[in-house]
Amino acid sequence: MDAFLTSRVVTDILEGIVQGVVIGLVALGLVLVWRATRVLNFALGAIATLAAYLGMGLLSYHVGFWWCFVLCIPFGMVLGGATERIVVRPLYGKPELNPIVAMVGLLFLLEAVVGAIWSTTTRAIPVPFSFIHWTLGGRPFALSPLSVFQICAALVLALAIGALFRFTQLGLQLRATAHAPETSRLLGVRVSRMLTLGWMLSCSVGAVAAVIVAAGFATGLTPSEMEAPFAIGFIAAAVGGLDSPVGALVGGVAFGVIEQFVTDYLNANLVLPVALGILILALVLRPQGVFSRPVARRV
Amino acid sequence: MIRVSHLSVFHGAVQALHDVSFEVEAGTVTAVVGANGAGKTTLLRTTSGLVRPRSGSIEFDGQSLVGRRPEDIARLGIAHVPEGRGVIEEFTVQENLRLGALHGKGRFAEGLEDQFALFPALKERRRQHAGTLSGGERQMLAMARALIGYPTVLLLDEPSVGLAPQVTASVLSTVRRLCEERHLTVVLVEQDAMSALRVADRAVVLHVGRVAADDRADVVLADEGLRRYYLGMVS
Repeated sequence: MDAFLTSRVVTDILEGIVQGVVIGLVALGLVLVWRATRVLNFALGAIATLAAYLGMGLLSYHVGFWWCFVLCIPFGMVLGGATERIVVRPLYGKPELNPIVAMVGLLFLLEAVVGAIWSTTTRAIPVPFSFIHWTLGGRPFALSPLSVFQICAALVLALAIGALFRFTQLGLQLRATAHAPETSRLLGVRVSRMLTLGWMLSCSVGAVAAVIVAAGFATGLTPSEMEAPFAIGFIAAAVGGLDSPVGALVGGVAFGVIEQFVTDYLNANLVLPVALGILILALVLRPQGVFSRPVARRV
Repeated sequence: MIRVSHLSVFHGAVQALHDVSFEVEAGTVTAVVGANGAGKTTLLRTTSGLVRPRSGSIEFDGQSLVGRRPEDIARLGIAHVPEGRGVIEEFTVQENLRLGALHGKGRFAEGLEDQFALFPALKERRRQHAGTLSGGERQMLAMARALIGYPTVLLLDEPSVGLAPQVTASVLSTVRRLCEERHLTVVLVEQDAMSALRVADRAVVLHVGRVAADDRADVVLADEGLRRYYLGMVS
């Protein structure tokens, strides 16, 4: 049993899941915004990084790690809500390219701002969990207390978001707004608030992902820490279906595992090409996404 | 109850409604009839705030509706079942109804029971996705979702579209009953003028955006000229 749990395949799968939860959260963040406002938030990684810097910056004021971690969520919410109200809102009803260009612009702007304020040096986060892997029968096991924390943080957040959508009146209105904005308004739903809320949720999910990345043993806070997870998360969301939150999460974790196998058995440089290959294949075979149902549009 | 005065609405450069005026009395069914493109749907969409008029006013219980947002108008107690019914297919029947009850009056459990009594077919299908319903069931769901919040006014856009004649008849007789038993005020837009006029108290005949007639429904129904020229009915 120990030999199996410490085998190369199981190790790759578990390490892949640790990377995958971050990719899944990024994909979930993209889906939340896409469903509500049909905008691809290319700045998600940068907004998330800024929220993580703001939250973790409190460490220097002797605020405990858990408080800093939890406070990243409202920071992400405020940044997401402000982005929707100030940058995105004036672009509704304009050609689809406009918000994309605006989001890419915001991405570069925020990365530069974060670098200017905090410098581009990597900062380690004092996570209260050991990065030393457990051993089984004298052999190293894939997980450490730190990686269990990373997986659990992502899982708790995903379940909380799922419960919000599934069981609350707010979630019902958020889903209704995503499916049928006009009908929702006729039923008294304040749709414009729901759109802002979608952005707030999305960016708070991103902020947690950014902290999970920064907490990693080999990483840390840098202005560009979310670039790689964002690229793969974007592909995962597209493959899983931009309309499916569950598809985004599952797709993200799957891509994390694939990434790990490619790195281990082939070459780390092939991660992005393989991901893009899967995307092309998925777009040819199932353009609506693996987890989305096809929607007929009236023209 | 509702007073529409000198309402003019444009879609871009095209004028959809020209100086339309009429009144709707509380607790009555007013049928708005006329051919395709007469401006019937535009009239309802302007009332519920989805379309802004160029000029004119719409008053509900003395308060002006023009310039208010659709979600605020809905919360005043004006329920609009839109063209195409607006059923959310990805939602179950019960989720659709819950959404309808959120910003209305009354408690959800009681409202649900009330609607299931009115439309028993929905009770059996409560856990089904609305996308699996037939046309008639969708119409019932759309009406139940509008009524579950106990509105004062029901705006109903073309309920007969895609329904068999006997289903249309049962839908319209339910409308009549609601009006009589619960003092609901109904504005019924219908292309099937004959069916609509039979359950209506008053009729407004629209012809390319203008009011061609505004009278008691039985008078319009009996008027050979109106029937022939505006309603396409041959006696």
